[in-house]
Amino acid sequence: MSYPEDVRYTAEHEWARLEGGVITVGITSYATDQLGDVVFVELPEIGRRLDAKKPFGVVEAVKTVSDLYAPVAGQVVAVNDALADNPGLVNESPFAEGWMIRIRPDHADDIKKLLDADEYDQLVDQDHA
Amino acid sequence: MSVSTLKHTPFHAFHKAAGARLVDFAGFEMPLRYTGDVREHQVVRTGVGLFDISHMGEFKVRGAGATRFLDGALANDVAGMEVGQAMYSVMCRPDGGIVDDLYVYRSADEFMLVVNASNIAKDLAWLKAQCPAGVELTDRSEETALLAIQGPKAAEVLRGHVPDEALLMPSNRFVEGPLFGVPAVIARTGYTGEDGFELYMKGGDAAAVWAGAMGAGQPLGIEPVGLGARDTLRLEMAYMLYGNDIDETTTPLEAGLGWTVKLSKGAFSGRDALARQKEQGLSRKLVGLEAEGRRVPRHGMTVESGGRPVGRVTSGTFSPSLERAIAMAYVETGVSALDTPLDVLAGPSRIATRVVKRPFYTRGSRR
Repeated sequence: MSYPEDVRYTAEHEWARLEGGVITVGITSYATDQLGDVVFVELPEIGRRLDAKKPFGVVEAVKTVSDLYAPVAGQVVAVNDALADNPGLVNESPFAEGWMIRIRPDHADDIKKLLDADEYDQLVDQDHA
Repeated sequence: MSVSTLKHTPFHAFHKAAGARLVDFAGFEMPLRYTGDVREHQVVRTGVGLFDISHMGEFKVRGAGATRFLDGALANDVAGMEVGQAMYSVMCRPDGGIVDDLYVYRSADEFMLVVNASNIAKDLAWLKAQCPAGVELTDRSEETALLAIQGPKAAEVLRGHVPDEALLMPSNRFVEGPLFGVPAVIARTGYTGEDGFELYMKGGDAAAVWAGAMGAGQPLGIEPVGLGARDTLRLEMAYMLYGNDIDETTTPLEAGLGWTVKLSKGAFSGRDALARQKEQGLSRKLVGLEAEGRRVPRHGMTVESGGRPVGRVTSGTFSPSLERAIAMAYVETGVSALDTPLDVLAGPSRIATRVVKRPFYTRGSRR
């Protein structure tokens, strides 16, 4: 399995994409395979401050629930309202329409501390072993 | 590379070929899902699904004193069963705690007990300790394969591949006869709330039945269904899951299974404790909870009323049929009335729920 090269990853299976000074965050296809059908996503309010590696929300699947962790510190500038009516977008399109929040990072360079696609791929392989 | 020590059912190769996500369940590597929990759930509610539940345990009981033995071990009325009848029962400790919940099948010359996979060894030891001379109790779990075919179209799939009487019998009856050409027990039972059958066969015949059912069901849209949807289907019906909703610390009266406890039939394990509990009244009850939204109360979460802890959640899930979260919980009797608002603590969040009737889902095709 290979993962998109244009995003960075956390060990908790979030992805982060930097565009125009704003970082979009979602969860990976590996995460959605593990979770199964997503039925609800609890997201923070716009304007909330997030600390890196701290929970910012919750993703509920039929069988299990999982916290969402902020990949970098910053402020929430947008949330994906479409998930309220259609949480299944997270399963259908984890790296695009299933995005969760946008963060204005305190330091845009923080994204470089995250895993790249190869490193994430290795991490997932180890998870499987 | 790790070597799996998990047991495989005779259908394991079919699960792998179908791309199922496999998980450890009671020591067996079992399919959690094939495509998606919600899709598989809807397939069973509207069409027909095929479940491998071969992990379940099967015991045979025979001999002159078999009926009396089982009536002493089980809370339901075994002596009153007819040949060809299947009956749900609990098996209790002397203090009324539940050792297991199980199904009893009565044939002309023997009984079959079908028990939870996680309890096979415990149940066998428990029953052996009570088994009198002259009654033969044998564990047939290893050699028995079990499929459930469930959904409003289940009977249509089997038409022509089972004896006609199997399609005419009501729920909780069974026949022995050919199933896709192999010997089988064909029972009109299930764990989904839909019409359907549970099919017992020898492990060596399993492949023929799987292939036969998938082939005959193909025009009807049959799909294999995993344990994920099995759980959402059973929870919508408020059927018990041993280890979650009932265990040795809960009694059948607390769980709402009083209808299976026949206090008047004579002595049985747990009878005196249960009679006493009935007389004294229950301090807690298992209730159904429906959440306002989609945040799911999960097993082990605390239930509160007015900021005071009053119980704990035993099972919870998102209900695909109701499109909201549902749960069961033991709560103090004083807050168990229908429509009572109760909060479930989910970490820092509170899930607003209210007590509702069980089952949660009432439109099933079970007959």
